[in-house]
Amino acid sequence: MNLAATTAKAVPLCQLSDLIPGSGVAALYQGGQNQSGQNQGGHNKDGKQKSAPQGEQIALFYLPDNNPSLYAVSNYDPIGRANVLSRGIVGTINTRLVVASPLYKQHFDLLSGVCLEDSRYTIKVYRVHLDQQTVVLEV
Amino acid sequence: MHRSSDNQKVVVVGNGMVGHHFVTTLADLQPDCEITVIGAEPTPAYDRVHLSEVFAGRSPEDLSLAGDGYDKLGVLAHHGDPVVEIDVDNQAVKTRAGQTYPYDKLVIATGSTPFVPPIPGNDHPGCFVYRTLEDLDAIRRASRDATTGVVIGGGLLGLECANALKNLGLETHVVEFAPGLMGVQLDPDGSQTLRRHIEELGVRVHTSTATEQIQGHHQGLRLNFADGNHLDTDIIVFSAGIRPNDQLAQAAGLEVGERGGIVINSACRTGNPHIYAVGECALFQQRIFGLVAPGYRMAEVAADQLAGGTSEFSGADMSTKLKLLGVEVGSIGDAHGTASLAYTYADPVQKIYARMNLTEDGQKVAGAVLVGNCDAYDQLLQYFVNEISVPECPEQLILPTVNGDSVLSADALPDSAAICSCHNVTKGAISQHIAEGCRDLGELKSATKASTGCGGCAALLKNVFDRQLESLGIEIDTSICEHFAHTRQELFHICQVEGITDFATLLGKHGRGSHGCDICKPAVASILASLYNSHILEGQNVGLQDTNDHLLANMQKNGTYSVVPRIPGGEITPDKLIAIGQVAKQYDLYTKITGGQRIDLFGAHMQDLPLIWRDLIDAGFETGHAYGKSLRTVKSCVGSTWCRYGVQDSVGMALLLENRYKGLRSPHKLKFAVSGCTRECAEAQSKDVGVIATDKGWNLFVGGNGGMRPRHAELFATDIDDATLVAYIDRILMFYVRTADRLQRTSVWMESLEGGLSYLQQVIIDDCLGINAELEAQMAHIVGTYQCEWKTTIQDPEKLKRFRQFVNSDAADTQVVFVRERAQKRPATEEEISLLAVEAQS
Repeated sequence: MNLAATTAKAVPLCQLSDLIPGSGVAALYQGGQNQSGQNQGGHNKDGKQKSAPQGEQIALFYLPDNNPSLYAVSNYDPIGRANVLSRGIVGTINTRLVVASPLYKQHFDLLSGVCLEDSRYTIKVYRVHLDQQTVVLEV
Repeated sequence: MHRSSDNQKVVVVGNGMVGHHFVTTLADLQPDCEITVIGAEPTPAYDRVHLSEVFAGRSPEDLSLAGDGYDKLGVLAHHGDPVVEIDVDNQAVKTRAGQTYPYDKLVIATGSTPFVPPIPGNDHPGCFVYRTLEDLDAIRRASRDATTGVVIGGGLLGLECANALKNLGLETHVVEFAPGLMGVQLDPDGSQTLRRHIEELGVRVHTSTATEQIQGHHQGLRLNFADGNHLDTDIIVFSAGIRPNDQLAQAAGLEVGERGGIVINSACRTGNPHIYAVGECALFQQRIFGLVAPGYRMAEVAADQLAGGTSEFSGADMSTKLKLLGVEVGSIGDAHGTASLAYTYADPVQKIYARMNLTEDGQKVAGAVLVGNCDAYDQLLQYFVNEISVPECPEQLILPTVNGDSVLSADALPDSAAICSCHNVTKGAISQHIAEGCRDLGELKSATKASTGCGGCAALLKNVFDRQLESLGIEIDTSICEHFAHTRQELFHICQVEGITDFATLLGKHGRGSHGCDICKPAVASILASLYNSHILEGQNVGLQDTNDHLLANMQKNGTYSVVPRIPGGEITPDKLIAIGQVAKQYDLYTKITGGQRIDLFGAHMQDLPLIWRDLIDAGFETGHAYGKSLRTVKSCVGSTWCRYGVQDSVGMALLLENRYKGLRSPHKLKFAVSGCTRECAEAQSKDVGVIATDKGWNLFVGGNGGMRPRHAELFATDIDDATLVAYIDRILMFYVRTADRLQRTSVWMESLEGGLSYLQQVIIDDCLGINAELEAQMAHIVGTYQCEWKTTIQDPEKLKRFRQFVNSDAADTQVVFVRERAQKRPATEEEISLLAVEAQS
C-alpha cells in the first residue's frame, strides 16, 4: 500500500479488520502535518536518530451499531500533550458522541472536535468512510 | 521564656484527654492566646478510654491525640515534668525540674489517680494500677512470666482492665466487694446478665468478696478473703474507683471537697478568679464526673469563658454505652429506678437484658439498662435527654426490632437534641449545615465532627440527614451517570439476578441511549469481572476498560506504559530478580522499587508490551494487576522464619492471600499486608486488609488506607486461625465488591456502612443477612477461574492486534522522547523536546 503524501481526494488508511468494534485504534497519515508542531524528528541523547517527520496521527473509532459507524479525530490530546486519544473510552454526554482522554478524562466531541470541559481546545476532525473493506480518509 | 505581647497567657496543668480537649478548643476560639501545656506523663495526650486495645494489637502511637498538632497550633508543650507548686500571688506555676511559667489564667486538668484500697500487702511487687501507658508497660512486663491475673474492682474500669489482662493471655479473675458487677450503672438483673457473658468468655468473677490481706506466696501472691477462702495469682491490678488529683490546688489554698475534688462553679472557675479546673479533678455540685464526655463539656465551657464567652456547665448526663470484653452495655439516667415503673425484657439464650424505667406518670423515660445488645440505646437516650413522651406502647422501645425500623423519627427531636454526644453536635447544627448547602454525609461529618467520636450515633445522624434533605425537597440523585438511574450496588444486583453478562444487554434493558460513557462502562466492566471473571479484553469487554485496563499496563504522562510483574509477598529469587533486570535492560525501562514490595518498569512503548510480557512470563512471572481496580500487593515482613521477634510465618500467609485473591476485580484497588508480630513492620493497619500475627493466630484489621486520606484499619477479629482468617476475608471482600460504590475504597465504604464495624461483624461473623455461603461460593468461583491476563493475551493474536502503535505502520510514535538522568531514561520535558528539535534541524 502506498501511503506517501498524495493529492488524491481519497487516501486508503487501513482495513476494516484492523479496527476494534466499540473502541479505537491509531493510524498514521503520512501526507499530513505533524499536528503538535513540536517534534520534527528528535533524537535521544544517546544519539540515536529518530525517524523523520512522521505526519499526522489519526484516532479511528468503530461503532458497528451506529450510523455512521466510523469516526476519525486527531490522536493528539492537547491537554495531556500526548498521542493517546485512540486509547480513550467512547461514549455519549447529553447525546453528543465523545471520546474521553485516557490521561485526564476530558471529553472531545467526535463530530466537532470541541473539548466539552474547555472550549479553548478543539482537536482536528477527519472525514472517513468505508469502501468495501477499506477505511478511506477524505482529504 | 519571654513572648513579648499583650496576648493572654494561659497555662494548662495536665495533658490528659480533657486537658488536650481544652487546649485545642481554646486555640480554635482564640488563636492569639499564648497557651502552655504541662504534662506529668512523658508522652503527649492519648486516648485513655481505649487503653486496653494496646494489648489487642494497637500501638500506643495509635492512641495519641496530640501528635505533632501542638506545634501547628502554636502551643508550647512541656512533658514529663509535673507542676509541683501554684504560686497564686505571683500567678505562676513551678515544675519539679525548676521551670517557672507565669500565667494570666491557669487551668487545672490533672485528672485522677486510681484508688488503691487500704488492704495490708497492697504494696507487694506484682500489685499494679491501670491508668497510664506506663502502668500498661509495667503490667505487660510482669505478665510475661505470669499465668494468672486478678483485678480488684468490678466496675467499668475494672472490667476494661480485665479485658486487658485477658488479651495478655492470663487466666483472669475479677474480685468485687459489692454483690454485682457495675453496680453504679446496672440494676441487679442487668448485672447478672453481664456476669454470665463475662464468665462465658473465661473470666472468673467473685462478687460479695472482701479482700482482707495480700501476702507473698511461693513465687506469686495470695489474696485472703473475709470468708476464709483464698486465691493465688501472679499479678493484681487495683481498679476500685478514682480519687481526684487535687493536691496542687489544696496546697495553693483553693477549696476542695470533703472526699476530694477542686470545687468549681458553673463557669468551671475555682474560688480564685484566675484559676479554672476541668475534668476528673473538679468537683461540681458535690459531684465528680468520671467520664470523658462531661470532662469535654467542662473543657469547652472553660475555653469559652477564657475567650470572653458566657457558657455554663450545668452538670452532665452520665449515660454511657460501651463494649466491655466485647459485650455491649448501656446505662441511661436512673438505672435502678427504685420509685418508677419498669419495663423489662430478657432473652436468656442470647443473654440479652433490657430495662426501661419510666417516670411515675408513665410518660417519660427516667432511665434504662441494656446488656448484650445496645441497639435501643440511641433512641432511648434521645427520649431521656429531650424528655419526649413515650409512644402508646412503650415496650416497643426496648423490644428487639424485627425489621430494624426505628420508632423515633428524627422529626420528633427538638433542634437542641444532641445527636452526637461525643462532640456535642445538635440537630440544629446539622440542619444549619444542610441549609447552607451540605449535601453529602461524609462532608457533613467532617464539617461538624458528628459521628467521628465513638460512632454510636451514625444511624441516627443518617436519619437526621435524610429527613432534613427530604424536608427541603431535595432528592439525592444516586444514579451512577446519565445512562443508568441506578447505583453501582443496584447494577451489580441486576447483573447477578438476571444473569446479564454484557454491557449492551444491561444498557438495553436497564439504561438509556446506546453508548454509555467513561463512567458506566468501566464500572460495569468491573461488575462483570467480579461476577463472571472472564478475560477483560474478551469480545465486547474491550471497549469498556478504563485507561490502564485497556492495555493491561499503567499509562504514564507521555502515553507510554509501566509494567509491574507480580512478586507475591515481596519474596523473589535471585534468578527472577536477574530476569527482571534483563528485561529492563533489553527494553530500556526506567526501574523503581514500589511501596508494595515489587518492581515497576517504566517507559514501555505499547507495541513492546507483549514482547516484554513474553519474556517475563518465560521467566515465571505473572501479571501484577497494577493497572486494575483489583488486588495489588500483600506486603509482608519476614516473620517467624527469620526474625527474632516474629510469632507467625507472615511471608507464608502473605503468599497464600496474594495467590488467592490475585485477579479479583473490585470497586477500587485493594492493598493487603501481613505482619509477623505486633511490631507491625508490614504496616498492615494502613491497608484495606491487614493481618497481624499473635501468639495464638492472627488479628484481622479492615478498612485502613494510606494515601490522600489516611485511616487506621479497624480491628475486626482477634486470635483467629488460618481457615477462619481466609473465610472472613473471602466474605468481607465479596460483600465489599457487592455493596460499595464505584471507586470507593474500603475505608470510605466502612464509614458509609450504617452501623460501621459492628454491622460488618454481624454480617461476616454472625451471618445476620444469611449470605455468607453465597459470598464464599462467589469467591470460590473467582479463585477457581483465575488466569494470568497477560499469559492469555500473548497467546491470542486477536487480542494482540490492539498493541500496535499504528494499524497501518510499524513506526514508533516519534513524539515520545526520552532523555537520560541518573543512568536511566525519563520523559523529556517540553523544553528539552524543543531544544532537541532545533538541534536536529541545524
